[in-house]
Amino acid sequence: MLEIQNITKIYKTKKGEVTGVDNVSLTIDKGEVFGIVGYSGAGKSSLLRCINLLERPTSGSVIVNGQDLTKLKGEQLRKARLKIGMIFQHFYLISQKTVGENIEFALKAAATPPKHINARVRELLEMVGLSEKIDVYPAQLSGGQKQRVGIARALANTPSVLLCDEATSALDPKTTVSILRLLKKINRELNITIVLITHEMDVVKEICDRMVVMQDGKVIEEGAVYDIFANPVEPLTQEFISSVVSFELPPTILEGVTGKMVKVLFKGDVAGEGVISDMIQNFEVCGNFLHGTIEYIQEKPLGIFLMELQGQPDNVERAVSYMEGRGAFVEVIDDAI
Amino acid sequence: MLFDFEHFISMLPDVWKAFGETLLMIGISLSISLLIGLPLGIILFVTSKGLFLRNRFLNGVLGFIVNLVRSIPYIILLVALFPLTKILVGDTIGPVAASVSLSVAAIPFFARLVETSMREIDKGVIEASIAVGATPWMIVKDVLLPEAKSGIIQGVTMTIISLVAYSAMAGIIGGGGIGDLAIRFGYYRYDNTIMIATVVILIIIVQIIQFAGDALSKAIDKR
Ligand SMILES: Nc1ncnc2c1ncn2[C@@H]1O[C@H](COP(=O)(O)OP(=O)(O)O)[C@@H](O)[C@H]1O
Ligand SMILES: [Mg+2]
Repeated sequence: MLEIQNITKIYKTKKGEVTGVDNVSLTIDKGEVFGIVGYSGAGKSSLLRCINLLERPTSGSVIVNGQDLTKLKGEQLRKARLKIGMIFQHFYLISQKTVGENIEFALKAAATPPKHINARVRELLEMVGLSEKIDVYPAQLSGGQKQRVGIARALANTPSVLLCDEATSALDPKTTVSILRLLKKINRELNITIVLITHEMDVVKEICDRMVVMQDGKVIEEGAVYDIFANPVEPLTQEFISSVVSFELPPTILEGVTGKMVKVLFKGDVAGEGVISDMIQNFEVCGNFLHGTIEYIQEKPLGIFLMELQGQPDNVERAVSYMEGRGAFVEVIDDAI
Repeated sequence: MLFDFEHFISMLPDVWKAFGETLLMIGISLSISLLIGLPLGIILFVTSKGLFLRNRFLNGVLGFIVNLVRSIPYIILLVALFPLTKILVGDTIGPVAASVSLSVAAIPFFARLVETSMREIDKGVIEASIAVGATPWMIVKDVLLPEAKSGIIQGVTMTIISLVAYSAMAGIIGGGGIGDLAIRFGYYRYDNTIMIATVVILIIIVQIIQFAGDALSKAIDKR
């Protein structure tokens, strides 16, 4: 378990004090994939770097494996860091060392006996699918391959936590997906807690269990990823969600609405059922789809439909109640009846 | 005649001896300045602001000394170091004696070049090593030195070339070597042949060193 208690990070710069993180507390469970979302400058990296004390928090504590890291320094802190892996947007491999040597470097940090090093390097490279690149220099690798080496290096000393700072932001969409799959696999197989920061909701949707949204150093929304996608509360969160689940309609369509415009949300397995078609068959209403999507968030469907209901006001009311009775969440957007 | 070839041939033994003395001076002072300048440059870097062995006091003191020595013109340093040279070598004349002041001048020069080449390393790579739990010594040995290697080799090249120039100056006050030859014959005796020959030799030495240094620095870089 990873506990972040009242972390505040204030940077002292020439122009005065800058608050990077403003009193953030989080509890992240063992084996969880936790996402931190926010725009650039929100304080995501600052918070993440406070976890392994690359940045010493101005106040607050970070408890990893029952140990308060903020109380440690020097050699003790170095030893604690062996159990917290970290990967970066720009990989940060040692350019003058081969892939194998880069991983060996991490193993040496933990004073791994020399006779075990070679086998462990191979094992790690196999895990990230780069076995044949052991003697290659980073410059000869693609971005995705470099990140795989970064992951192998981070996992070298069997950490309990893996911190990912925009780990896929420098990669193309296809490579991003393959790296996320690898992270998910690692999370499942090794039961490593993953804390990842990103500004891409697709990343969160793909692998995170829970998430927070940060703004100006503060956490403004926290919850299970599915719940936040289904029901974002804060305007900023809604903005982020809309990048994946967008309902921008052309104004001309809105002008032409003559019925009741509703947003219908189906969570989980309900999304697959024909609730809407049943509704249209059973009540004297017309349903006019304006927009609709079923998103799969960690394989759990989330159906969102925007539709215009036309008919007698009473019938429309009953139709809405009917859908709600079948587990849908209905929100009236516009009522022209 | 500007260049008297026969005269040059007759002077060859002197030229050859001077060449040997120059190599000796540069050899000794280069070894010493690399031996002391490299660790000094590393210390200057790792104790600077934002780095993993930040030490304001040590960095300040060493930085001050380095700047001090570097701000003294070589010719003054040379004379000012006569007493020290006398103690160390027992003499103030000759190539070995000249090596003392050459080393003192080259150490801070090379140290700054080492520091500068380490500054070129992406801070992220150093941070990633800290995050991985590496010891400071590991970071120096396996990150800073390899990553700065190419720049350090360029620094060595620049140091050698400066030493060639300084060693010619050391010749003025009896340090021996090519510079000494140029002064004694070319300047005092208006011997154009020797003057031209020494200048050409110096040009060739510098060109070869620069070429070799560039080639080596490029060859070992894996980026
Ligand atoms: N080393 C630093 N010195 C001064 N200010 C910093 C430093 N690192 C981050 N900041 C400031 O802290 C705030 C949060 O930055 P950061 O944590 O990098 O945000 P994010 O990762 O979400 O983009 C920003 O205003 C940034 O300018
Ligand atoms: Mg960031």
